[in-house]
Amino acid sequence: MKKFTGFFIKECLHLIRDYRTMMILIGMPVIQIILFGFAIRNELNSVNIGILDKSKDEITTELTSKILSSEYFILKEYFTDERQIDTSFKKGHIKEVIIFESGFAEKLKKEGRAEVQIITDASEPNMANLALSYTTSIIQNYSMTLSKGKDQPLIISPEIKMLYNEELKSVFMFVPGIMATLLMLISAMMTSITITKEKEFGTMEVLLASPLKPYQIIFGKVAPYLLLSLVNLALILWISTSVFGMPVRGSYLLLIAECSLFITTALSLGILISTVTSSMQVAMMISLVGLMMPTVLLSGFIFPIENMPWPLQWISHILPAKWFVIIIKNIMLKGTGFSYVYKETAVLVLMTVFLLGLSIKKFKTRL
Amino acid sequence: MNSIEIKNIYKSYKDAKALENISFEVKKGEIFGLIGPDGAGKTTLFRILTTLLLKDSGSASVEGFDVEKDYKAIRNIIGYMPGRFSLYQDLTVEENLKFFATIFDTSIEDNYELIKDIYVQIEPFRKRKAGQLSGGMKQKLALCCALIHQPKVLFLDEPTTGVDPVSRHEFWEMLKKLKDKGITIMVSTPYMDEASLCDRIALIQSGRIMRIDTLDNIVSAFPGNLYAVKSGNMIALNFDLKDFSGISSSYIFGEYIHISLKKDNDENMIMEFLKMKGHSDIEISKLQPGIEDCFMELMNNPENR
Repeated sequence: MKKFTGFFIKECLHLIRDYRTMMILIGMPVIQIILFGFAIRNELNSVNIGILDKSKDEITTELTSKILSSEYFILKEYFTDERQIDTSFKKGHIKEVIIFESGFAEKLKKEGRAEVQIITDASEPNMANLALSYTTSIIQNYSMTLSKGKDQPLIISPEIKMLYNEELKSVFMFVPGIMATLLMLISAMMTSITITKEKEFGTMEVLLASPLKPYQIIFGKVAPYLLLSLVNLALILWISTSVFGMPVRGSYLLLIAECSLFITTALSLGILISTVTSSMQVAMMISLVGLMMPTVLLSGFIFPIENMPWPLQWISHILPAKWFVIIIKNIMLKGTGFSYVYKETAVLVLMTVFLLGLSIKKFKTRL
Repeated sequence: MNSIEIKNIYKSYKDAKALENISFEVKKGEIFGLIGPDGAGKTTLFRILTTLLLKDSGSASVEGFDVEKDYKAIRNIIGYMPGRFSLYQDLTVEENLKFFATIFDTSIEDNYELIKDIYVQIEPFRKRKAGQLSGGMKQKLALCCALIHQPKVLFLDEPTTGVDPVSRHEFWEMLKKLKDKGITIMVSTPYMDEASLCDRIALIQSGRIMRIDTLDNIVSAFPGNLYAVKSGNMIALNFDLKDFSGISSSYIFGEYIHISLKKDNDENMIMEFLKMKGHSDIEISKLQPGIEDCFMELMNNPENR
């Protein structure tokens, strides 16, 4: 234990001394999550829409001007015929169409309810979802002001139609994805580099000629990076909840436990990389190309796994990130407990045990 | 009692033979010097003895422990200083020392006695990072780190390479003190002049040991007579001397050419031969052979090719 503590302190000193790397390691997640966040979930403004008003009464006119004065929407086309809509969508002139049914004001007065149809181009799912929610909230606000002082509420019910991608899948996917990517990158790359660094600087020779056991070297090296990764995790969570409004519906404790598990998986991958190479550059390349790229591309974070050809789907199964993303989505978005993610957790645990065992076994006790 | 025993060790890398049939013993409490040029196999031998490399065949033991079977036991009792500076450059002097103390389950205080003489010299810089020390200071620190757990055997691979003459001298003074404390020291060096500071030396070349003995014995066993020759035209002299059949070896040594004469030849015969070849300003003087001369002689000896 004393040996481990000594090693741990030494490793922490390395980290602190190399303050540039330290700043990169802490700054990179912050910058990445902000960049990714804004790139994917850009604020809604100036969306081109079209309007088809079959009623043209005082209420539809007022509602139209409410929507258009909200600064989120620009009226690009005013349709007179339903057949024009499809071509306009296909040409990409508009992203949303609002259709008021005929006799709108009359229906609202008589029956207390009228229908408005909202059609969005969901091939850009994030934008479509945002435009939709902005529109419906404007309509709801308006119907509430109309209902004031009336015994019966007046309901304007929006009928929603998504074109081209009805399930609207990738919203809030980015936070779990980025968490997986960053934790993987930092944990795996940094451990593989720190171990190969000892080899490159020749200090491994002295360590090996000492009574230190392989597991003592490995755990001593890895522990500071586990701590650093947890700091990063806290930062990522804080930014994604406060800046991007990402919900954490499940338990924080479970979330952190699962993240620690994933970090451990990544760390063991890093150790494994360092046992097969003795140069820092090679270790970095393997981590970047071998881990980072598949994590970004195949973990279902950018491209849905279901749409991939089967060989890629098969590869995605052996990526720890895929399982981690499922777990995180469940905990953060659906608010499910451990009983819903135990299978994925078991997969990660197995991977970690396997990788850690393999890397301790492969860790050479000689040069 | 022998501290290190090596028998018929062979080691080859993919395409090159590194060690061929190496056998020798190092006595307890002895300073044993391994002397040879770069690439002679010194580091390979050190790594085999420090359990870092596996030999192809043969056997070796350190303090009675087999280098392969009992490698864990050996790692507890040896101090090793690799040829390259192998401390953490971003850690301070004190932190390096403390780290090496903890990995051997000991502390600086417990072993201060042993390293005191060396440590006082670097103590003023204990807050300085190891990477910012001078070459001599680095070596002293590395020696401290290798000694912190009171090893029985000390392996020093070229500890004085790249170190200034004053620091080199100081370093050897320290080794002598350590020897007095009963530590066996095996040290390698490419500097022939350091041979005189060892109790016994092994001359190694191309993975083979050419001679093992005390310096005095090696020098007195020098065959033939050694002369230093100089003339007005050194380039021509070098070529012409090679034609003289009475010379067993000749090589340039500073501003002279050293030649060793076979029996029944003397300096007058050389003088006449050179005059006949048209040399002027000829100087010939008899020499006491040094360790370099012995090394060159052994190297040129067909037995060692």
